[in-house]
Amino acid sequence: MNEALVTDGITHDVTTDSASINGETILEAEDLSVFYGETRALNHVSMTIPERQVTAIIGPSGCGKSTFLRSINRMNDLISSCRVEGELRFRGKNIYDTDVDPVALRRAIGMVFQRPNPFPKSIYDNVAYGLKIQGIEDNMDHRVEQALRRAALWDEVADDLSKSGLDLSGGQQQRLCIARAIAPDPEVILMDEPASALDPVATAQIEDLIEELAEQYTVVIVTHNMQQAARISDLTAVFLTGGELVEVGPTAQIFGNPENQRVEDYITGKFG
Amino acid sequence: MSHRESADLAFETTENLRRKRLIGRIFVAICLISASIGVIALIVLLLDVIYEAWGWLNLTFLTSPPSQLIEDYLPGARGAGIFPALIGSILLIALTAIFTIFLGVGAAVYLEEYAPENRWTSLIEANIANLAAVPSIVYGLLGLALFVRAIQLGSSLIAGALTLTLLILPIVIVASQEAIRAVPDSRRQAAYGVGATQWEVIRDVVLPAALPGIMTGTILSLSRAIGETAPILMIGAATTMFRPPITDGPGGIPIPDLFGPFSAMPMQIFDWATLPQAGFQHIAAAGIVVLLAVLLSMNALAIYIRYRYETKV
Repeated sequence: MNEALVTDGITHDVTTDSASINGETILEAEDLSVFYGETRALNHVSMTIPERQVTAIIGPSGCGKSTFLRSINRMNDLISSCRVEGELRFRGKNIYDTDVDPVALRRAIGMVFQRPNPFPKSIYDNVAYGLKIQGIEDNMDHRVEQALRRAALWDEVADDLSKSGLDLSGGQQQRLCIARAIAPDPEVILMDEPASALDPVATAQIEDLIEELAEQYTVVIVTHNMQQAARISDLTAVFLTGGELVEVGPTAQIFGNPENQRVEDYITGKFG
Repeated sequence: MSHRESADLAFETTENLRRKRLIGRIFVAICLISASIGVIALIVLLLDVIYEAWGWLNLTFLTSPPSQLIEDYLPGARGAGIFPALIGSILLIALTAIFTIFLGVGAAVYLEEYAPENRWTSLIEANIANLAAVPSIVYGLLGLALFVRAIQLGSSLIAGALTLTLLILPIVIVASQEAIRAVPDSRRQAAYGVGATQWEVIRDVVLPAALPGIMTGTILSLSRAIGETAPILMIGAATTMFRPPITDGPGGIPIPDLFGPFSAMPMQIFDWATLPQAGFQHIAAAGIVVLLAVLLSMNALAIYIRYRYETKV
């Protein structure tokens, strides 16, 4: 499995893990620190993320939750002043090892962003883009349809796949972006506040979708909406100011009976 | 603060308000005059050259070589005109366009997408902006020293095109950089997110989105270049050529004579304007109308491209 991250081995076998136990660790951060220049954005974070569950990362603005998410698929590499210390293991392989190609890594870890960002192309081409650059050419129509179905968008767009992705509503655009992210069949989907730019109806659709996606994919979602985290996640990690992971545990426990006083204060709305 | 009695409320125009309104109206008038002067000057110029050229500009003028005799230009005579210079200008601009697009877009992509953010890059960027302000005659001197003499291209079409390329390159680079910078970062991230390499991001996301802006900037620069006289005068372009810079290629197909002498419309117009016979002022005017027609169609193309492709961002 580790070879999948190295430059040439871009194929990864999804069938082998269909039998794995629910809750097996897929991602593991150990003593992970991230710096932007001299500023520390993540402070010695250690946590594990289970496979095929929804892990929510919550915390106030500037707590480093987005930084943590972006360190999982090495999107932070695009910022030249960014520096990473510690380890982040994906199926046991440290993704910051020198033989890991971030481009190959991102093919196994899809991402959905805060604002819907479809390409100014047709709906079909938006979904097909990731497949094409990953060299997957066969059964394209079927793969595009599958991705759109899984993203709960197929019924709304099936008649007009040549329409521009930008002509869709905000909520549809975000589901299109989810379809684009899952089309190449990644193992993990990272979501950076995916519903924060959407209206309540579209938000509810995205939330339903996330729960469905977790049957097949590992979902890591950053949100500053605590109700959202409580509704959709299995596991919740609370980051507080200074890039510090304060508490992580089953969502019911974090929201019902947190161990840490600061977490309790944050969740009950005393600050943040 | 207590509410005033309604009897105290007075909404009449005061002297103070009236004075302020007057100042406002004077200001609008000044702005309107400023805006009109440019347009009026252009219209007057156009009407004047069209009036001067009237009767002299016809199809024969477009398809005939020039003559030193005013009689040849008259309707029904053997025919004389701007043909070699018109073809010369079109070939010159086409060549310049090819060089400029490759060099300009290449430089802009490097500076925006690849170059590390350091002092060197800022120094290069600042100097490109400075180069845009260098007078065109200086580029002419550079072209003469570099292309005509050092590389020994002579006063050829290709030397002219390379000189004009140097002249407009800074403007094209700056315009292209701005177009690339305007591509939303979220779209780059979307492509990176599905596992695109930097080259794929530039090819699939950045360039398609920046292309209308790049094309508009390039075409507007080219329409500046087509009217330039000083640089091609410096490199020794002919004032009058009797045949266009075209030669026989393989199989007798006419191809541009890259290394041969050439003339261009500004040179030919300049030549006509300096001839002593009175009728030549009309010939020069006819030449100007042709030059302006080419120039305005290029600008129209730029506007069309911008309108057609930039509506969706």
